[in-house]
Amino acid sequence: MLNDVTFGQYYPTKSFVHNMDPRAKIVFVIAYIVAIFLADNFYGLAAVTVFLLLVVFLSRVPFGRVLRSVKMILFLIIFTAILNLFFYSGESAYDPLVKWGIIKITQESVVNMIFLSFRLFLLVMGTAVLTLTTTPVALTDGIESLLTPLKWIRFPVHELALIMSIALRFIPTLMDETNRIIAAQKARGANFESGGLIKRAKAVVPILIPLLVSAFRRAEDLGDAMDARCYSGAKGRTKYKKLTFTWRDLLGLIFIAGLITGIVFLNLNFGGKFAILALING
Amino acid sequence: MKAVKFDNVKFAYGDGGGDYAVNGVTLEIEEGEFVAVLGRNGSGKSTLAKLINALLVPETGKAEVFGMDTSDEKKTFEIRKSAGMVFQNPDNQMVASIVEDDVAFGPENIGLSREEIGERIDFALKAVGMQEYRQATPSRLSGGQKQRIAIAGVLAIKPKIMILDESTAMLDPKGRCEVMDVIKRLNKEEGITVILITHFMEEALEADRAIVMHRGEVVMDAKPEEIFSCSEELESYNLTLPRAAYISKKLIEGGLPIKGAFNAEDLAEELCGLLHKD
Repeated sequence: MLNDVTFGQYYPTKSFVHNMDPRAKIVFVIAYIVAIFLADNFYGLAAVTVFLLLVVFLSRVPFGRVLRSVKMILFLIIFTAILNLFFYSGESAYDPLVKWGIIKITQESVVNMIFLSFRLFLLVMGTAVLTLTTTPVALTDGIESLLTPLKWIRFPVHELALIMSIALRFIPTLMDETNRIIAAQKARGANFESGGLIKRAKAVVPILIPLLVSAFRRAEDLGDAMDARCYSGAKGRTKYKKLTFTWRDLLGLIFIAGLITGIVFLNLNFGGKFAILALING
Repeated sequence: MKAVKFDNVKFAYGDGGGDYAVNGVTLEIEEGEFVAVLGRNGSGKSTLAKLINALLVPETGKAEVFGMDTSDEKKTFEIRKSAGMVFQNPDNQMVASIVEDDVAFGPENIGLSREEIGERIDFALKAVGMQEYRQATPSRLSGGQKQRIAIAGVLAIKPKIMILDESTAMLDPKGRCEVMDVIKRLNKEEGITVILITHFMEEALEADRAIVMHRGEVVMDAKPEEIFSCSEELESYNLTLPRAAYISKKLIEGGLPIKGAFNAEDLAEELCGLLHKD
């Protein structure tokens, strides 16, 4: 039941995007998110979509695989869509589509719903490309490197990165352990499949407690093992893996800068997202 | 200089109220020796191991590693550099999700240069026969392979002493064989002092010397063959003979004219000898 959790869903292959420096990719994704939220009209979103398709093509990850990551937050997208549809409170220049008691659906609210849902969709797709093309280890290395300036204010950058990489390292281990505990509890007659919400929630307790206890024991062992391997914090420590910034990364960043410029241009020339209503209504 | 020197070392967990986990141990281990430490659960053998590389510090008495006192905090780092330790569960000793990153952890901690770390990874993975797995994910490896990676992780620090705290206990027979082969080779070829803590009597046979612990004390300290010759005494410490030694003992008691053997190969040879005589 836990095997279909695609965490750190790295898709191993060789591609332009895979070979980019993780730092560049993180900056790239942040810029991409900025671009999505900067886009004020559908032309902007269309530009982002074209851009995304291009990146997916370059990454050589099957499109379906990228699409699958949206599945996890599909509920969230639908939920926000519905909220936006019913509770959009802006001024309306056109006749409402539905008016029933306090519920009022205007043309603007429909446009708003489509716009926001599409934004969310693009957001998830873009970040999925990052996790699909970057190993968790490279990702933590990248984050550590990008946060390096924070060392100036004594922020424990190295410790944070180590915690992240250990957490990632223990995910499969604890996953196996959970499956083992579930099997053991089932063997003793535990029932996880039937009953109402509360009963099911209660059934999780006999899984969580042994898992927690064993996690603590593992943590203690790991502490000893790290001590025995001469770990003494960031002081005097060197790093084996070195990140290198290449022409690919430069190209990628120029590319995303171009996208943002394009979106600002589209925003300035084609009005807001409701401009489309003027087109539809003639 | 002795690799390890214990002088009347006592240690208790918490405020044990006089209940010492290690109770007045005095022993010396020479450089290059292969020592097996035997004892049943709670005999203090793991505590003894942790006292060697300063994970624990004696309450009274003195523990020295290459002349460095383990209670001297300034020496802790040096002591751990010269006495590496591999633990029981391979899953709980790894810090990274890629083999080479995990092996690099120790060398990174002692501040080596990138090139040197690369060489050490090569050396360590080669020594445990896992070169092809450099980029692998430990969670997809078998128990024996994982434990060999854990050994490589310690080996990359190039310690002079390697302590294995029940490192074969969780492995299947095949994995145990793999790990034992690596340990033997490290001892013979790299000249590393090996302290093997185990409750498998067969493994002790591979050692030059065996130490039996009981209730925190060293009760026997001799060649493994000598120790396994005193089966009654062993039994009083809740330990058994290696299986082959047990069978040969029973055969002798049953009247078979053999000299007695401790491992399966020797026993097989003796029995074959009997067949040829007839």
